[in-house]
Amino acid sequence: MANVPENLHYSKDHEWIRVEGDTGTIGITDHAQNSLGDVVYVELPKVGESFAAHEAFGSVESVKAVSELFVPVSGEVLEVNESLQDEPEKVNADPYGGAWMIRLRVGAKGELDSLLSAAEYEDYLSTETE
Amino acid sequence: MTASPSHLKQTPLNAAHRRMGGRMVDFGGWDMPVQYPLGTVEEHLRTRTRTGLFDVSHMGEIDVRGADAIPFINRLCSNDVTKLVDGQAHYSALTTPAGTVVDDLLVYRFGPEHLMLVVNASTTEKDWDWINEHLTGEAVELKNVSADYCQIALQGPDALGILQQLTATPLAEIKYYHFRNGEVDGVPSIISRTGYTGEDGFEVYAAADQAERLWNRILDAGQYDTPEGVVPCGLAARNTLRLESAMALYGHEIDETTTLFEANLGWICKLNKGDFTGREALARQKAEGVKRRLVGFEVTERGIARDEQDVLIDGARVGRVTSGSPAPYLKKNIGLAYVPAEYAHEGQQFEIDVRGRLVGARVVATPFYKRERGATKP
Repeated sequence: MANVPENLHYSKDHEWIRVEGDTGTIGITDHAQNSLGDVVYVELPKVGESFAAHEAFGSVESVKAVSELFVPVSGEVLEVNESLQDEPEKVNADPYGGAWMIRLRVGAKGELDSLLSAAEYEDYLSTETE
Repeated sequence: MTASPSHLKQTPLNAAHRRMGGRMVDFGGWDMPVQYPLGTVEEHLRTRTRTGLFDVSHMGEIDVRGADAIPFINRLCSNDVTKLVDGQAHYSALTTPAGTVVDDLLVYRFGPEHLMLVVNASTTEKDWDWINEHLTGEAVELKNVSADYCQIALQGPDALGILQQLTATPLAEIKYYHFRNGEVDGVPSIISRTGYTGEDGFEVYAAADQAERLWNRILDAGQYDTPEGVVPCGLAARNTLRLESAMALYGHEIDETTTLFEANLGWICKLNKGDFTGREALARQKAEGVKRRLVGFEVTERGIARDEQDVLIDGARVGRVTSGSPAPYLKKNIGLAYVPAEYAHEGQQFEIDVRGRLVGARVVATPFYKRERGATKP
């Protein structure tokens, strides 16, 4: 079973966001990395770019496939995890830790309410894979 | 474990794939493993350094018997079947009158009146119809035996040593692109020294109902589940292995819109062997030169080229990528592309439209990967 930590918000696009103050840290879920297979390439935006909720902010590629990345909530990019350029395999090894992708200044905290809790995301996964 | 979608065809190893954690996908109407739990990169690397095991039972087999078997197939295919001896196989193509490709295939010669054609899974029905439609009273008996056979490929430096544990047939005596009738673990088999990975190895054809037994015995003999043992490989690794070796994949590099010379397959196009379908068009193209040609390229900037992306030179869209992927062993991003003939030379730079971003690439020699001869272990 996929690992789904308690303290995060989840999107149906299989991204997670951890909110501390006004800052949201975003990555892809364990389920997402597992479905993709070996991640060999990650493309991320530049600091200062802004995105609307659910807009594509980059892509992650395995040997076989390309997957777009979507921000769960709107905001401006404060920081990008540059280490993924040289170590994309971290996305498979540590999707909730070392393989965070971007930090956003969260535009509207109310948008978090439309995301899934850990329990809701687990339910969503079980319906999606059946 | 989810059940196989009922509209998909299955190989006799379907249950084995599911039991071993294969991730199943719809591959041209077949329910096939795209990868196993170790993942595509490890499957690819292990095939290069040790050995990989592949289920290729979805491939089609057509039996051709009769006094006219050789002249008939020679009339439909571009390579020269009369050059084959008993126990030998070659790569060839079923060609259209325009010199384009109905399918690429292997032709096996069992005897002067007995051939077997091994064709692509997704084109088996089309090939079967094509071949039957082109019969004009020759003394030939055709039989589609695809469902009777399983086909298992064991590929990599350890392949010979592993398979030899299961057969009395002296495998080292089988030359590349030759085969023997023998037994593997007591199961009557065609043991063929062929493959689609760029490694030494064997393809074993046997009765479909023996597939699981052979699969499991080969895994045991290859010490599956040890760090240096044989690994089962999915279609994703099969694709990256063939791409590193710059082998064509039907529907990508070749189809009914591409000619053999455009695809650099002039070496299977024997214009002097006598008439065959497409010979005239191909002879004309050889004399006049091709307008476009398949080239290998390496991506020179950050980014991965993918199938169907456009190739640009000086801002103009001049070609397309037929296969693009990361190359796990070479650790580069590579691909094959059609470009106008004037650009089809090593060192030529171009750009690829990677989802709206232009990424630099350079034409390089193919194959990208070539194994060291003599690397086979006894």
